[in-house]
Amino acid sequence: MDAHIQVKNLNVYYGKQQALKDVNIEIPKNQITVIMGPSGCGKTTLLKTFNRFLELTEGTQLTGEVLVDGKNIYDRDVDVTEVRKVVGLLAQRPAPLPMSIFDNVLYGMNIHRMKKDRREYKDAARHYLEIAGLWDEVQNRLHDPATSLSIGQQQRLCLARGLAVEPEIILGDEPTSALDPISSQNIESRLIELKQQYTTVIVTHTLRQAKRLGDYVIYMYLGEVIEAGPAKEVFNNPQHERTRAYLEGQI
Amino acid sequence: MSQSNSTFSKQSNKQTEGRPPRPSVSTRARQDQAARRTFFVFTLLPVLLILFIAIALFIRSWPIISAYGLSDLLFGEVWRPNNEQFGFWPFILGTLWVTTVGVVLAVPLCLLASIYLAEYAHVKMRSFAKPILDLLAAIPPVVYGVWGLLTIVPFVDDVLAPLFDRWLGSVSIFKVNQPTGFGILSAGIVLAVMIAPLIISVMYEIFSTVPNDLRHASLAVGATRWQTIRNIILPQVAPGILAAIVLGASRALGETIAVLMVVGNIPQVPTSIFDSAYPLPALIANNYGEMMSIPLYDAALLSAALVLLIVILIFNILSMLVIQRMLRRKWAS
Ligand SMILES: Nc1ncnc2c1ncn2[C@@H]1O[C@H](COP(=O)(O)OP(=O)(O)OP(=O)(O)O)[C@@H](O)[C@H]1O
Ligand SMILES: [Mg+2]
Repeated sequence: MDAHIQVKNLNVYYGKQQALKDVNIEIPKNQITVIMGPSGCGKTTLLKTFNRFLELTEGTQLTGEVLVDGKNIYDRDVDVTEVRKVVGLLAQRPAPLPMSIFDNVLYGMNIHRMKKDRREYKDAARHYLEIAGLWDEVQNRLHDPATSLSIGQQQRLCLARGLAVEPEIILGDEPTSALDPISSQNIESRLIELKQQYTTVIVTHTLRQAKRLGDYVIYMYLGEVIEAGPAKEVFNNPQHERTRAYLEGQI
Repeated sequence: MSQSNSTFSKQSNKQTEGRPPRPSVSTRARQDQAARRTFFVFTLLPVLLILFIAIALFIRSWPIISAYGLSDLLFGEVWRPNNEQFGFWPFILGTLWVTTVGVVLAVPLCLLASIYLAEYAHVKMRSFAKPILDLLAAIPPVVYGVWGLLTIVPFVDDVLAPLFDRWLGSVSIFKVNQPTGFGILSAGIVLAVMIAPLIISVMYEIFSTVPNDLRHASLAVGATRWQTIRNIILPQVAPGILAAIVLGASRALGETIAVLMVVGNIPQVPTSIFDSAYPLPALIANNYGEMMSIPLYDAALLSAALVLLIVILIFNILSMLVIQRMLRRKWAS
């Protein structure tokens, strides 16, 4: 397997409470990995270690390594903003920035000064809105505030904003749980279209979504990774009793 | 009332056996009504009090307002009560100079401090800073006055005045006309220190109205904390920051004792931060109750108080409206 992210002996604590226990996994490149497990098992926590969002919560401690392209992102010489540029995040609730649709898409590009002139920025905005499947709906109202969009549109805008800084990895923490079924489906289709070029890691609560999206599955329980493997194997022939129980309980 | 109560409780006893009888809904509603009215009156009391004070001040100052006209009073430059000349202009300008210098000195530091506390500091630091700010706000003004007298006035006289005189003496607002140390700059420094805790607290509250989702959205694309603050947070909180400054200014406008101890109290139109001045509150505090034999003197001082009250009320109400609105938005989200 061509691993894009490797997690080695990862332990995470919130204060004294341990949220991740000796996690060792590999996330395959240019595939969709879904993380499943009951509430509170540490899915969000694991995801947050991939873009170093964990350190935004006070009182967290982390031991072990998270390697992206073979480089430990927790090494001292690593610039956290570079990590987050490479590892993008699609949040659970869409958070449009308080500016226009156009400026939202270009926010990260401006921060990183990725383009030279206005023309290039304009083209880029269109490009990423098209990829996110939003262009047709917003091309006539690019300068409206982003908050005027529907929730589903906002989430696609957030996807465009994340993609615009040219990440290699997309993280999604239940990215469709706040959306209606049609918007959810829309986001799912985007993620499937994009998986050729991006390594995608999605946390999901719904087994059906996991089956639709997942190429690779990680099942967690009480802070531990119980089972990880290609989707077909895990879904059809789970090795571990707990995984089996979870899969059956979900039907 | 007791009748309806008992009939109702019989009914309810039948319906829910074994439970003790409760006061009827209507009784409880009435009690609630009464409580609500009582609390309403007590909330209204301060408002009525202010209104009452304003009306009383207006009635007492009416003789001089009707005799001289408001604009002659406000813009008159000569203050000679013995001569029956009552011009507030030097005092109004004194107030504005002192307040402006205080606010200009305080705001940049307060902004940096509140950004640090809200956006960078750890929980421990925050819970350490909060009581300290409250403590600073609780120090009696006269203590600040004494501190200004013993420390700031000599510092301005010995260090700042010569320094400015040498390097910026040609700029009229930095010119040293009266080298005593007592003056606008000393008062401004003391004021800045006095209003800082309030401004920092309010600004901190304002910063915490910004939802974390926004910070995270910015950080997630690889923005630094500072880029997030500059591009996302500051534009969001700008009205609240302005309101915090206005609130601080209104506090400075009314500050009396600490200012009058260090400002020199000479009724003149100031032209430099090293000039002495005589702000309105100091005028009232120093003179009310003395020389009352002069006709209209009493009315003059009370009309000064009225002007001060109105200006401070407007400042307070405007800033509070903005701040309340922003805080409500925080609880709504
Ligand atoms: N900020 C925090 N402070 C303290 N404990 C936390 C914090 N965030 C999470 N935890 C704890 O860490 C454990 C894992 O939480 P996490 O949010 O990763 O679970 P999850 O699998 O994402 O759950 P869900 O499916 O409900 O989103 C839980 O026991 C939770 O209580
Ligand atoms: Mg979660």
